[in-house]
Amino acid sequence: MSDIGIGLCAPLMVGALLALIAPRLRDLLPPRSAAWLLVSAAVVSTGVWVAGLAMIGSTIVGQIPEVAEAGRWSPHTLAAHAPFDRPVGTACALALVACATALVVASWRRVTGLVGMWRECRDLPTTGDVTVVDDPAPAAFALPGAPGRVVVSSGMLRALARDERQALLAHERAHLRHHHHVFLLVLQICAAVNPMLRPLAKAGAFTLERWADEEAADIVGGRPLVARAIARAALAAKRPPKQTLSATSGPIPQRVTALLAPRRPARRPLVATVAVLMTACCASTALAAQDVDALFDAATSSSRPVAARHSPTAADLPETAYGTPTATWTTSAAVVPDTPIPASAVQYGHARERTSWNCATRAARNAANPSSTASGAAIMPTR
Amino acid sequence: MTRQEGATAGRRAPGELESEVLAALWAAGEPVGAGAVREQVAGDPAYTTVLTILTRLYDKGLVTRKRAGRGYLYSPVHDEAGHVAAGMRDLLEHGGDRAAVLARFVSSLPDEDEKLLEELLRDHLVDPGISEVATRVPGTRD
Repeated sequence: MSDIGIGLCAPLMVGALLALIAPRLRDLLPPRSAAWLLVSAAVVSTGVWVAGLAMIGSTIVGQIPEVAEAGRWSPHTLAAHAPFDRPVGTACALALVACATALVVASWRRVTGLVGMWRECRDLPTTGDVTVVDDPAPAAFALPGAPGRVVVSSGMLRALARDERQALLAHERAHLRHHHHVFLLVLQICAAVNPMLRPLAKAGAFTLERWADEEAADIVGGRPLVARAIARAALAAKRPPKQTLSATSGPIPQRVTALLAPRRPARRPLVATVAVLMTACCASTALAAQDVDALFDAATSSSRPVAARHSPTAADLPETAYGTPTATWTTSAAVVPDTPIPASAVQYGHARERTSWNCATRAARNAANPSSTASGAAIMPTR
Repeated sequence: MTRQEGATAGRRAPGELESEVLAALWAAGEPVGAGAVREQVAGDPAYTTVLTILTRLYDKGLVTRKRAGRGYLYSPVHDEAGHVAAGMRDLLEHGGDRAAVLARFVSSLPDEDEKLLEELLRDHLVDPGISEVATRVPGTRD
């Protein structure tokens, strides 16, 4: 693998590490800071993942003659330096398309779900911020909007005692006040884009419930009271058998026991460590982006002679045109001195024969062929 | 955070108290007088406050009332057809990730969790007089 390949892999690795360790923060930090940290980790990890895929994919997509023409770079120089083989790059490009699709689908489904719920609630008796549904099945949730509402079924209200009802309303109002639906949406979209983040999203949703629990406890003045409200509500909701699997709440007993246990310490060093990890994630992505940018710069510079392909001196031009970018290239290659660039150029030669991408533009490819070998050859002496 | 003290002392935003009066009325499950409603609202609001709120709810058409002796018995206006409840329940239970962004108070409870929760409720959370009971829980802050 070339140096740029390693540069591209680094953010993916750090992102994966972040995705793996972040769910553990759930039980180590107070819910509020855990929620913020988990959402940040999800965003950074997803961003890095998407950026990585995009960068790897771009080195392959950029080789499509039409794309290269539009971007005014040389597909052959790009191919010669592409950090990954075509199958890998193509897989990345396809994964990126899948990510975009998942993003659109996940957002769309949640938005339509919210709109549908608002439509259902439109005509219900509402006073203040509470909407009551006449339904014996106990249920309660926060319906975000401007302003948001607490929707609660009459069954739930009957299942709880006076103080427990207050705890329930305080819990849901905490969700609305702190815009927990935004956190939830971000977590779920991140998990949809990068399935590796599912445990993280689950842990994040749990910390949001814990956050609202703790805030409700502050408001009603008793953590055991909130614990009792949750326990009683969950048991009441259990009675009518339901198949529903909501990903939005963590396991109930854990919330109850957490409220019965002492509050968690702030653990600032841990927060700082995760913040450093996230920064490393972003920094390595920026470095990789710089490498890819340099690669495209190099390809753009060497495309000038390709544009002048028909002139008889075209084959000589790449050498001079490539001079400056190669210099930048060598500095980034310094990390791995024995990068087999010529090998990848040869590899490209085989791959190009295998692929059917540019069958339609066979003539164009043939015409471009000499300049490809020329730029490949031009690099060899500089190494 | 600034609202904590006010809320516990029963000094809430007017809308919030109104919501809790309506919630108490629904929880009663039968027509009740203003005094009974007051007992079911946390924070001991004044009787006249509750009465004012009930009158306001009646004016809004959210509550029906019938005369009983010197006062009224109040009950919430029911959704006779139950369409809304059915639609909502369907979305919650079968909506999958369409409903995933709604932060729900409690999710589904597996059987083993049910037993655990019943034990917790029995051992640590026995009574409405919970605050004294809770101090006995090991590891619970005072």
